[in-house]
Amino acid sequence: MGIRTRSRKATNVAVAGLATAAALVALVVLGSILWTLIARGLPALRFGILTTSMAPTGENGGLANAIVGSLIQVGIGMAIATPIGVLAGTYLSEYARGSRIGDVTRFVSDILLSAPSILVGLFVYVIMVATTKTYSGIAGAVALAVIAVPIIIRTTEDMLGLVPVALREAAAALGAPKWKVVTMIAWRSAVAGMLTGLLLALARVAGETAPLLFTSLGNLNWSTSLAKPMASLPVAIYQMAASPYEDLVQLAWAGALIITLGVLAINILAQLTVGRRR
Amino acid sequence: MTTAIPTATLPTPAYPPAPPVERPAPMASARVVGRSLATERLFAGSVLAMGLLVLGTLGAIIIMLAVGAWPAFRTFGLAFLWNPVWDSVHDQYGAGIMVYGTVLSSVIALVIAGPLSIGVAYFLTEILSASLRRPVGVVIQLLAAIPSIIYGMWGFFVLAPWLAAHFILDVADAAAPIPGLNKVLDYGSGNSVFTAGLVLAVMILPLITAMFVEILGATPVVLKESVYGLGATRFEVIRHVAIPYGRRAMIGAIMLGLGRALGETMAVTFVIGNATRLSPNLFAQGSTIASTIANEFSEAGFGTMKLASLLGLGLTLFVISFIVLAVSRVLVAPRVVA
Repeated sequence: MGIRTRSRKATNVAVAGLATAAALVALVVLGSILWTLIARGLPALRFGILTTSMAPTGENGGLANAIVGSLIQVGIGMAIATPIGVLAGTYLSEYARGSRIGDVTRFVSDILLSAPSILVGLFVYVIMVATTKTYSGIAGAVALAVIAVPIIIRTTEDMLGLVPVALREAAAALGAPKWKVVTMIAWRSAVAGMLTGLLLALARVAGETAPLLFTSLGNLNWSTSLAKPMASLPVAIYQMAASPYEDLVQLAWAGALIITLGVLAINILAQLTVGRRR
Repeated sequence: MTTAIPTATLPTPAYPPAPPVERPAPMASARVVGRSLATERLFAGSVLAMGLLVLGTLGAIIIMLAVGAWPAFRTFGLAFLWNPVWDSVHDQYGAGIMVYGTVLSSVIALVIAGPLSIGVAYFLTEILSASLRRPVGVVIQLLAAIPSIIYGMWGFFVLAPWLAAHFILDVADAAAPIPGLNKVLDYGSGNSVFTAGLVLAVMILPLITAMFVEILGATPVVLKESVYGLGATRFEVIRHVAIPYGRRAMIGAIMLGLGRALGETMAVTFVIGNATRLSPNLFAQGSTIASTIANEFSEAGFGTMKLASLLGLGLTLFVISFIVLAVSRVLVAPRVVA
C-alpha cells in the first residue's frame, strides 16, 4: 500500500469521524431541546390547565381560553384555506401544465410558502385590523389561512402528479367530462396524499405565533367572539415566557409541551398516512 | 398447454367496406351536454380563480406593505433603508440597525448550520446502516416541524445562560489582546446577535439536512459505482461525484435556509436582546427586522409614523427574502414542506 493510498484512506476515515461528530453535535443540541421541554413542561402539567383561563401571577391560572382560541382560529383558518388550496393545487396540476400563468402561480405559491410569517401578520393587520380598528379572532384565522394555503397547494399538486395519466385517459375515453375526470378519478386516487398535506398544514399553523401577534393579539379572558381579540396557545406561551413570574413561566413550559406534542402527533399521523399509501 | 400458432401462415381476411352506421338521433342529450358544459366551465373557472387568488395575495401583500410604509419613505427618503437610527422619542426611524442584525444573525446561522448539515447528511447517507435511514429521516422531519417559539424558549432559558457562564467571557478574554478581533468578540451578554445566530442555526439544521440528504440521494447510482470501481473511497465519491452533481440544488437549499433564517421571528425575539443600537460586537444585544416588528408593534398606534416605519421594515424584509427565495427557487432547491 503506497503512501498516497494510505493518506487517501486516512482522509476517508477522518471525514467519517467529522461527519459522525457533526451528527452527535446535532443530536446533543436537539436532544437538549426535547429534554428541556419535557423536564420543564411535564412537572407543570396539571388538569387545571385545561379547565381554567389565564390569570395574573399567583392566581393559579390555566390555558383553557388559549387552547380553545387556538382551536377556533386554526379550525376557521383551515376551513378557509382547504378549498382555496385544493382548488388552486388542482389548477396547477390539471389545468395549468406548461402554461405561463401556471408557472408564475407555482413560483408565487413557492415564495409564499417560505415567506416570513410575520409579514403575513402585517398584511392581515393592514387589511383587517387597521380598517376595522380592532384586533379580532377572525383576523387571526385569516392570517393562519394565508400561511396554510401554499402548503396545501404544494401537496395537492404533488399528489395529483402521482396519479397515472392512463387513469385519466381511461375516464376521458369513456366520455367523462374533464371536471368528472378530475373530481372522480384524480382526486379519489390522490385523496390520502392530499389529506396528508392538510395535516401538515394544520401542524404548521397550529404552532405559528408571529402572524397572530397583531391580528388576534391575545386575550387574558375567556372569549369566543370572532370580532374581539382572541387568545391562542402560542401567543399565550410567548407572553408568559417573557414575564418575570416563575409560575407563569412554568405554565408557558406546560403550554409549550402541549403544543409540541400536538404538532408532533399530527405530523406522525401524516407520516403514517403516507407510509400506508406506499 | 397452449401451442403457439404461427401467425405468419394465417391468411389475411379481406374485409368488405363497413356499412355506414346508423346513429340514433340525439334527443335529450343536448340538454345533458349543455348542463355538463356549464359544470365544466364552473369547475375550470373556480380552480383558475383560486390560482389567481394566490397570485393576487402576493401582489396584495406587496401593495399593502408599500402603501402602509409610504409615509415613512416620504419623510425619511430612501435613506430609511440604511439609516441606523431608531428613535421613538424624536420620531426618527431608519432600518439600518435591523438590516444589519438580520443579515448578521442569518449569516452566523448559515456559517454554523451549513457545514454541520453537510456532515450530518454525510453521516446519514454514507455511514448509517440502511435500515436506520428511514426512521432517522422521519425524526429529522419531526424536528423540522417543532414550532419556532420552542427554539426561542430553549435559547432564552438554556442556551443564553450557558453561553454567558461558559463561553462569552472565555472567548472575549482570549480575543482581548488582539486588535480588531477584540472589537468583534468583546464582553457582552448571553442575549446577543451571536446567540440569535446560534438558535437560528439549530432551527434550520433539520431543514437543510433533510434537503441535503435528498440531494445526495439523487445522484445516479451508476455514476457513484463507476467511481467506486476506479478505487475511490466513500469520501472521494461524495466529494468528486455527489457534491458536484448536486451543487446547484445544494446552494438552493442553503438559500432556502437563509430565507427561513432572515424572516424568523419567535426564535430570535427571545434571545437577541432587542437593543436598537449598532455595535460591531457579536456578543452585544441587537435586533432584527422581524424581532423589532414583533416587539414594538403594540406600541405603535394607528396612523403614526412609527407604524409606517414598522411597515417599512416589513417591506424591506419582504424584498430581501423575496430575492433570496427566488434565487433558491431558480437553483431548484428540493421542494420540501415544513
